[in-house]
Amino acid sequence: MTSPSARRVILAPLLIGLAAIGWLLVPLRPALAPSSRTIRIEAGNFEYFPSQLTVQRGDRVTLELVARDVVHGLHLDGYAVDITADPGQTARATFVADHAGTFTFRCSIPCGPLHPFMIGKLRVDPSDTLARAAGLALLAVLFGAWLARAKADIPATVGAAAP
Amino acid sequence: MTSYELTRSPFARAMLKSRWPQLAVQLGLLGGLGLVIASGLLGTPVGSRSFAIVMVWIVWWAALMLVAVPWLGRAWCSVCPLPLPGEWLQRGVIGGPPRRGSGSARGLRWPRRLRGMWVQNGAFLAVAILSLPVLTQPRWTGILLVGLIVAAVALGLIFERRAFCRYVCPVGGFIGLYSQVAPVEVRVRDAAVCAAHTSKTCYTGNESGYGCPWNVFPGSLQVNTYCGLCMECLRTCPHDNVAINLRPVGADLTQAGPRAMDEAFKAILLLGSGLAYTALLLGPWGRARAAAAAVGSGAWLLYALGFLTFVAAALPALLLAATRLGLWLSRIRLTPIAALRTLSPALIPLGLSVWIAFSLSFLLANLSYAGPVLSDPLNLGWNLLGTAGVGWAPLGQVLFPWLTIGILIAGLAWSSQRLGAIAEGLRGGPRLAWPMRVVSLMLTIGVLAVLAP
Repeated sequence: MTSPSARRVILAPLLIGLAAIGWLLVPLRPALAPSSRTIRIEAGNFEYFPSQLTVQRGDRVTLELVARDVVHGLHLDGYAVDITADPGQTARATFVADHAGTFTFRCSIPCGPLHPFMIGKLRVDPSDTLARAAGLALLAVLFGAWLARAKADIPATVGAAAP
Repeated sequence: MTSYELTRSPFARAMLKSRWPQLAVQLGLLGGLGLVIASGLLGTPVGSRSFAIVMVWIVWWAALMLVAVPWLGRAWCSVCPLPLPGEWLQRGVIGGPPRRGSGSARGLRWPRRLRGMWVQNGAFLAVAILSLPVLTQPRWTGILLVGLIVAAVALGLIFERRAFCRYVCPVGGFIGLYSQVAPVEVRVRDAAVCAAHTSKTCYTGNESGYGCPWNVFPGSLQVNTYCGLCMECLRTCPHDNVAINLRPVGADLTQAGPRAMDEAFKAILLLGSGLAYTALLLGPWGRARAAAAAVGSGAWLLYALGFLTFVAAALPALLLAATRLGLWLSRIRLTPIAALRTLSPALIPLGLSVWIAFSLSFLLANLSYAGPVLSDPLNLGWNLLGTAGVGWAPLGQVLFPWLTIGILIAGLAWSSQRLGAIAEGLRGGPRLAWPMRVVSLMLTIGVLAVLAP
């Protein structure tokens, strides 16, 4: 037989763990019907315009990269997409956005001092990673609170409670 | 908490007491520093092809943040080449034990008003608002490193001990704060032995070594913050009473009581800087980066003002407001400032996890630049390691973002636990922790919004 306090000690992290697994598995948003999209991205002065894109999972996406000043590249993390555009020219790549999430795209051709930070983001919806991560963060706070109560490691001698 | 004394091993003790292994590493790093400065000042202006930029801001920084600071504390400070020329001039000895009558320093004491971390905090902020050109332009990196060496030499010739490292170095305060997490410490075996030892050679020095360069009395060490792991006290203690211990991770964070105001501010400053850098350097906001890089322009002034306002005013004010709310909820009799100082160590795990996540992201995206610059550090067309032609390719694109999430969430859980433990230590005060936990959660979600896949 386990005591009520021992049961609480086991139950709290178990419930937090189950909640975390449930939050990771439950579907949050439905996917919309896929379509074909063409997105024009201008690259210049270490920036992409636009720098934040959104498509739907399953979309057939054509990226048109236009280099406004020097040679720029566009490497899309998580997809085998790498484009290089010469100054004043347009380069294209087409791919199917078959996995959801937020993916960084970055310049792949050294283009000047700020080249390593020439970054944009492509969101493929339904992208729920942030919502899931935020949920896990909340559970992490609760887990930390439970740990603090379960095992005090600072003697209760500092400060004083108001009457 | 249990710990294991590494220096119980005769071999480990002999290796750590001997100054020659340490000196060998220092000399190697000094040579590397010379190459970095030469590359920065004389080499290519293209950052991604520059040995200075790649080795300092990608390789060294990542090694510092991912390995050295969390696992070895101030081990970097024990071999850092920046203060060596100043220290050698101060002592009149290159690497060896003290010699009578050597040295050309004035040996003044560091001014009382400038003690603590305030000068370091200012130096850190000064570098922080110039970080974009420093991170991307080799010449800026070269000038910064030369400036730090000159400052270390000048302060070494005027003041006693390592005044530069202890009170000025912009990275030193950073490493010191987060070294509290590391599972390594220098502590005395028996405080009574130190109390009975009247000459205190660990502080004053003797023929075997120098008095603590970090101006610390080892007998009173409670946390790692100001111990530079230089091993001088191991050499100068005639009773072999100094030990290097392996201990549980984060042991210093369980120290009760309020921290000094400068240390509490440092914890907030570094958390805020980690958040700001993540958004600035890894977010999709190119216009903000352009402003940060245009030093001296109106846009840069706006950026610098925004950065400083966020890390040095808005975030401290937000955390102070959360503390005030926590005090009201828990009905604890403490001033908000005293309560914030007491809670401040709980920000260390969260701040460190933000910096690790940021550094890991930057490292994996840019590590492949290291191959070419290692093969051709001076851009002379060499191919020393056969890697000169390696092209750029970001690493770990699938695994890394999830790892980042895991690190951030682990840091948040740890901070939440520390907040609770500290609040439990304040009688009747568990509710004190909750507003600060909510702020920590919101800040973490902000970082996740930039880094989550």
